[in-house]
Amino acid sequence: MPESSTETTLLPSLETGDESLPGELCQHIHRVMVRSRRMEERMIKMAKSGEGYFWIGGPGEEAFNTCLGLQIKKGRGPNFDFLHLHYRNEATLVAMGMPVLDGIRQMAMRATDPHSMGRNFPGHFSVADWNIVPVSSVIENQFAIAPGTAMVQKRVSSDAITIVVGGDAGSAEGDFASCLVWSSRPANPLPVLIIVMNNGWGISTCSAGQHGERHVSDRAGPFGIPAEVVDGNDPVASWHAIRRGMHHCRTKRTPYFVEAGVSRLNGHSSSSGAARVTNEPDCIELLERRLRRAGIMDAEEIERVHEEARAEADAALEQSLLEPLPVVADIERYTYHPSPVDAVYPGDYTGLPR
Amino acid sequence: MATFVQAVRMALHYGEEHLGVTDVFGEDVGPPLGGVFTATQGLKTAWNSPLDERGIVGTAMGIAYAGGKPVCEIQFCDYGFNTIDLLKVAGNQYWSGRGAFPMSMVVMTPSGSGIRGSLYHSHSFESWASRLAGWKIVMPSNALDAYGLMLSAIKDPNPVLYLMPKALLRVRGDQPLPGEPADEQQLKDMIDAPVGDRSRWKPRWPELQPHFIKIGEASLARAGDAATVVSYGRLLPICVQAADAIREETGRACDVIDLRSIFPYDWKMIRASIEKTGRVLFVNEDTEVTNFAEHLLRRTIDDLFYDLTVRPRLLQAKHVPGIGLNHVYEQNTVPQLREVLIALRELVDEPA
Repeated sequence: MPESSTETTLLPSLETGDESLPGELCQHIHRVMVRSRRMEERMIKMAKSGEGYFWIGGPGEEAFNTCLGLQIKKGRGPNFDFLHLHYRNEATLVAMGMPVLDGIRQMAMRATDPHSMGRNFPGHFSVADWNIVPVSSVIENQFAIAPGTAMVQKRVSSDAITIVVGGDAGSAEGDFASCLVWSSRPANPLPVLIIVMNNGWGISTCSAGQHGERHVSDRAGPFGIPAEVVDGNDPVASWHAIRRGMHHCRTKRTPYFVEAGVSRLNGHSSSSGAARVTNEPDCIELLERRLRRAGIMDAEEIERVHEEARAEADAALEQSLLEPLPVVADIERYTYHPSPVDAVYPGDYTGLPR
Repeated sequence: MATFVQAVRMALHYGEEHLGVTDVFGEDVGPPLGGVFTATQGLKTAWNSPLDERGIVGTAMGIAYAGGKPVCEIQFCDYGFNTIDLLKVAGNQYWSGRGAFPMSMVVMTPSGSGIRGSLYHSHSFESWASRLAGWKIVMPSNALDAYGLMLSAIKDPNPVLYLMPKALLRVRGDQPLPGEPADEQQLKDMIDAPVGDRSRWKPRWPELQPHFIKIGEASLARAGDAATVVSYGRLLPICVQAADAIREETGRACDVIDLRSIFPYDWKMIRASIEKTGRVLFVNEDTEVTNFAEHLLRRTIDDLFYDLTVRPRLLQAKHVPGIGLNHVYEQNTVPQLREVLIALRELVDEPA
C-alpha cells in the first residue's frame, strides 16, 4: 500500500499544501482509522461492562498512527524496522495487519491474547514477527531502549530503522534525553525515528503549565537532529512527515524527529471515565469531510465502512468471550527461557529452588 | 594465577571469540581505560558510552532484542539504583510477551564494600536484585568462579546480573583458569595494558578453554559437620578464614558454602548441609532489613525447623544510610572477620 502513494489513480487526490495522497490510499487509511476506532470503542464498552478491566488507547491518534503503520518495513530481525511504541498505537497495529480480534483478545484477557496471554493492559502490544517489542506502562523507558536496536540495525547492510514513539508528557523523563544523546553520539549516530505524539496532556495535567519549550521537537536542534512539527490529525501531512523521517533514517543512518499534534478524544484512560470529549478535533470526522468534498467517498460509502468496522468489533468480542482464560498453571510460564547452563531452571521457572 | 579481574577480562574475551558477545560497553569501558577496575582492557568489542546508566541498560536491552549479545557495565552498583525499573522491564519481557522476547544480556557491576568507598562506592545490590523476577544473579568469590560464571552468564539466554565483589578484584585465585599461562608475570605482560600511552598496545590472549559453572550451583569451600556457614562474594573468604581458625582451635570443622548464585540459589546444598549439621549461619555484607539472606532464613525455618538444634543466625550489615569513609564507620557497619568468628563460635558452642 505505501508504494501506491506515488501511483496514478482514477480517484482524485487529497492535498495539504503542496503535498498529496492518492484517493485509493486515502480510502485505505480511512478504513484502517475507522476499524481501529471501532475496536477501541468496543474496548471502552468492555471496560464499563466488566468484560475487561482497564482501557487505555489512542482515539484521536489514528490519522498519524495509521500512516506510520502503513510505511513500516515489516518483518523480524535487524533487517526490518523495530518499533518501540507507546500504549496509544492501536491504529499502527491495525494498519500493519493485526486482526481486530487480537486487540480485543488482549482487552478480554484471554489465554489466546497473542501479545501477552492475558497479562498486560490493552494497547500493550508485542509482536515478535514484526519487531514490535512489548509496550511498557512505564512511560518513556522505550526511549532508553531504542538506540540499542538501531545500533544492531546499523551494522547490517539494510535500510531498516528503529522507530520510537511516546507522548509529550513523557518527554519530561530522563529517558527522552537519553534517546537524544545516544542517537546522535558523534562516535556512532543511529537511524532512530523519534516520534512525539503531542496531545497536550499528561493524564489530568495540561502541558502548557509544565513545559516551557515552544515545541518538544525544539529539543532535537542542539543535538543536530533534524526535526519537524506536523498536524497529526491530517493524514496527508502526517504521511509525508513520516515518509521524510523514514527516508532520512534509511538513507543517512542518522536520527530524525517528528512531533505530531494530535487529539485525545477519550481522556487518559478508563480511570478518567474514557468519556468522549467534544472540544478537540476528531481526525476521522476531519478526513471524512475532506473525502466527501474531494469526491473520493460519499456518505453512503463512509457509513458502510463504519458498519463493517462495528460488525467486525462486535464479532471479535463474541469470539473472544468464547475463548479460554489463562489457568493457574500459566502464572509461572515464560519466566525463564530454557538454559543449558542453569542447574535449577534448565527449563522454565518452577517456583522457588527445591 | 590470574586475579579476579583478569579472569573476568579473559572470560569476556572468550565470550567474544566463542559465545557471540557483540558489545562490551559502559562508562570508561572502552579504550584507553578499559574499565575503572581494568575488567575490559583490550577487548575487541569494548566501547565507551555516555555517563548514563539508564541509557546503558536500555541500550543493552535494545541490542539483545535485535539479536546481539551485550555485556554492559554499571561502573559501581551504587550508580545502578536509577535503573531499577529498566531492570524490571528487562526481567519481564519474556513473561509479558508470552515467551517471544528472551532477553539475553549481562549487566556486570562491582558491588559491596572494602575499598574505603564511602557512601556511593560501597553499596551492596544483591538484596535489591533478588526481587527482580526474570533475572539471574551471580556473585563469584574467586578468579576461577569469576571466569566460569561469566561464561555461563553470557551463554544463558536470560538477563544475568553479574556482581563483582570489588574488594576481591585484585585477589589472585588459587586454581588456574583453563589455558592461563603458569607464570603470573607472563600473563600480565600479555593482557594488562601498560601504564601511559596505550594507543598502540594490543593484548596477546592466551588460548583459553571453556569452563562453565552452572548458574544455581553452589560450591563447598570447606567441609565439616559442626555447623553450616552460607556466604558469597567478599565475605566468603572471611568465612573460610573463620572456619579454619575454629577448626584449629577446637578441631571442629564446618561446612562453608559458597553460594555463587543469589538467584536461583542452590537450596539442595543448603538443605543437605543443615540437615547434617543442625546449625546454620548466613553471612553477607548487605544491610539488615529485607536482606536476601532473610529469605534463606525464612526457608530454613519453614523447611528445616525440626532439623535445627539451635537457633539459626544471620550476620549482615547495619541498616544505616551508607558506609562512612572513616574506617571506624566501615569496619563497624559491615561484618568483619572478628564478628564472623564470634558468631561462628557461638553457633558451634551453643548447647543443643
